[in-house]
Amino acid sequence: MTELKGATAAAGAPAAAAAPRTSPAAHRPRRSRRHVLELVVLLGPALLLFAAFVLLPICIAAYYGMFNWTGYGPLSDFTGLHNYKLVLEDPVFRSSLFHNLIIAVLSLVIQLPISIAIALLLNRRMRGGSFLRMAVFAPYVVSQATTAVLWLLLLQPGGFVDELMKAVGLGGLVQEWLADPTIVLYTMFGVLTWQFIGFGVILLLAGLQGIPAELREAAAIDGASAWQTTRRITLPLLGPTVRIWIFLSMIGSLQVFDLVWIMTLGGPANASSTMVTYMIFFGFHSLEFGYGSAAAVLLFVISFVLAFLYQRFVLRRDTDGALTRAVG
Amino acid sequence: MRSTRIPRKYAAVAIAASAALILAACGSSGSSSGQTANGKITLTFWSNANANPLLGVFQKLMKNYHASHPNISFNYVPIQNEQYDTKIQVALQGNNAPDVFFQRGGGFMATQVKSGEIKNLTPYVSSWIGELGSQAQAWQINGAQYGVPYDLHTVGFWYRKDLFAKAGISTPPTTMPELEADVTKLKAAHIVPIAVGSKDQWPDAFYYDYFAVRECSVATLQAAVKGVSANYPCFAKAGDDLKSFMATSPFQPAFLNTPAQTGAGSSAGMVADGKAAMELQGDWDPSVFQALVPKSTWQTDTTDLGWFGFPAVPGAPGNATALLGGSDGNSCSTKAPEPACADFLQYLDSPAAQQLIVGASLLPANSAASSAVSLQADQDVLQASKASSFTQEYLDLAWPTNVGTALDSAVATFFAKPTSTPPQSIVTAIDQAATQQ
Repeated sequence: MTELKGATAAAGAPAAAAAPRTSPAAHRPRRSRRHVLELVVLLGPALLLFAAFVLLPICIAAYYGMFNWTGYGPLSDFTGLHNYKLVLEDPVFRSSLFHNLIIAVLSLVIQLPISIAIALLLNRRMRGGSFLRMAVFAPYVVSQATTAVLWLLLLQPGGFVDELMKAVGLGGLVQEWLADPTIVLYTMFGVLTWQFIGFGVILLLAGLQGIPAELREAAAIDGASAWQTTRRITLPLLGPTVRIWIFLSMIGSLQVFDLVWIMTLGGPANASSTMVTYMIFFGFHSLEFGYGSAAAVLLFVISFVLAFLYQRFVLRRDTDGALTRAVG
Repeated sequence: MRSTRIPRKYAAVAIAASAALILAACGSSGSSSGQTANGKITLTFWSNANANPLLGVFQKLMKNYHASHPNISFNYVPIQNEQYDTKIQVALQGNNAPDVFFQRGGGFMATQVKSGEIKNLTPYVSSWIGELGSQAQAWQINGAQYGVPYDLHTVGFWYRKDLFAKAGISTPPTTMPELEADVTKLKAAHIVPIAVGSKDQWPDAFYYDYFAVRECSVATLQAAVKGVSANYPCFAKAGDDLKSFMATSPFQPAFLNTPAQTGAGSSAGMVADGKAAMELQGDWDPSVFQALVPKSTWQTDTTDLGWFGFPAVPGAPGNATALLGGSDGNSCSTKAPEPACADFLQYLDSPAAQQLIVGASLLPANSAASSAVSLQADQDVLQASKASSFTQEYLDLAWPTNVGTALDSAVATFFAKPTSTPPQSIVTAIDQAATQQ
């Protein structure tokens, strides 16, 4: 299978940068000056915004992280990398990081298969298909704060979820969903899944629509079963989309905040804390802005390194436009 | 196709314009305040009085003050209690503090004063602040008055007389063994004995604070607050007391995710609604009850509401009648127009204003208004207050903010895992945080 260039483009892989057009040598200086100017005008504002609102705050946070500082008054108590060391040594930060990783892994092994299954189902022509698509996607449109309040109410002791489970004979499985330190993280994951499954489904559906029907038809003519077609043709061609989904899901898992903060404040006993709730707790709640900044910088470094490694080793084949080689 | 060249100066203009836009976005969020040329003053006022009855009382106070000072009006911003702390911090850090703002006093205020944004009110209030008695001193730092209290807070158990009667309890407990016996009786009657808002953490700390107040001498408590340390044997003993109290499982199911005063499912909501028999809370609780349940229910319930102080711990060497409490008040920012701001704070402590505040089921900062307290349970609180020789400010507010949150957080962790968490961990957490401030 080497002739899949059409599928590559349709599956959403960015086109490789166009080779620069050759131009007469005489015009080169003028053109390159214009080129530079265009770059400055077009990229300037964006770069300026990026520098002012992304790069600069990161640098400032890294600097604040080197001080013992309540957020009030001058930065006078320089402690070097002590805050960073304390954050990394704090068992609560470690467990918060661990919670983020659990959510990332669970997303991969639970949300992804469910998303693919629903997307394959919804990709067929069927009655009520568009309604189902909308129903699956609807939770994603709702803001996280609304989702959190909604589920906070549903999951109250003796609330809707408990009563529903009792009504269908599952009363024995009722838990203190948000108050039991051993359960609360999985409850959070359940709500996250409810909210984000629609996003995965829509993304994968877009990927599926990009796979030419001819390929499946050809396979069918060659005698492949429906399962074989899905397994050998659809899923491999869905690869770039799946890899992008994993990337987004991983970043999202590292940044979980709103939902947890509203539903549990990271509790009880830090059982649902994440790196961001940890950062907010020490920054804004406890007024240790130096320490909170150190946590923020470490969160950034961890996310950046993971994202970089993923881009470098997993997404690269997609971004290089090298899918044909990879699949072939 | 001939492409047009973009002149260099336009590019510079484009970059300059985007830079200006960014700078404008960074610096345009100031809260307007101060005096206009015609002598009109608008005071921006942030407070956690965001629900009736207290919201209505504050609106009335501002209206009355405006009526007697027509040149002064208010821009009032009510903010939910738990969200307030974050908002005011950001405002203080951003040099954007409102003119008048809600304040909790103690170490909380001391941490904020470091911003340099809070006004030293001493020159404006020294002539009259003595009328408030010793509690106004908790609002001073090195003798300078940075805030003025408008009420007086005392923590104790608010209980439903009807539910106590149902469980066969005729008089409220005065010692811990009695309280534990009552917990057993209430459970036997299928009543949740005690509601607690552990999600917010600070209500948990009331228990630890009170055990510390019972176990420690007044001198030790004062030394602990001043020296920012819990490294005294009595603080460890308080942890042991808490552990044995927790062993009676006195709280509602899933209490670890119950908020203190947000919504009907909160601990206050449970007591107001008759779903729990009591809770250890500040004297503001009746006003929270009123905000959470329909008024018609409340009117029948007021007579059902009782108050008793935190029980004595047998054998504990500390003061058996000492109370835990604090007060609410306001501070002025350095840029607030004076004497308008300080004068408004003085007005809030005038007998007329204090009577209105008492009407919101709060206890007055100015004892001249004590007679206006109508709720019997509130009168009991005042009685206990008079009978007590010492009131310890809530430890989480008495200590600097990071130490206070470390205390709350450690107690909350202990509440979540009372069997696997050593009580000593609370002292360790406090002292560890103290080295950080």
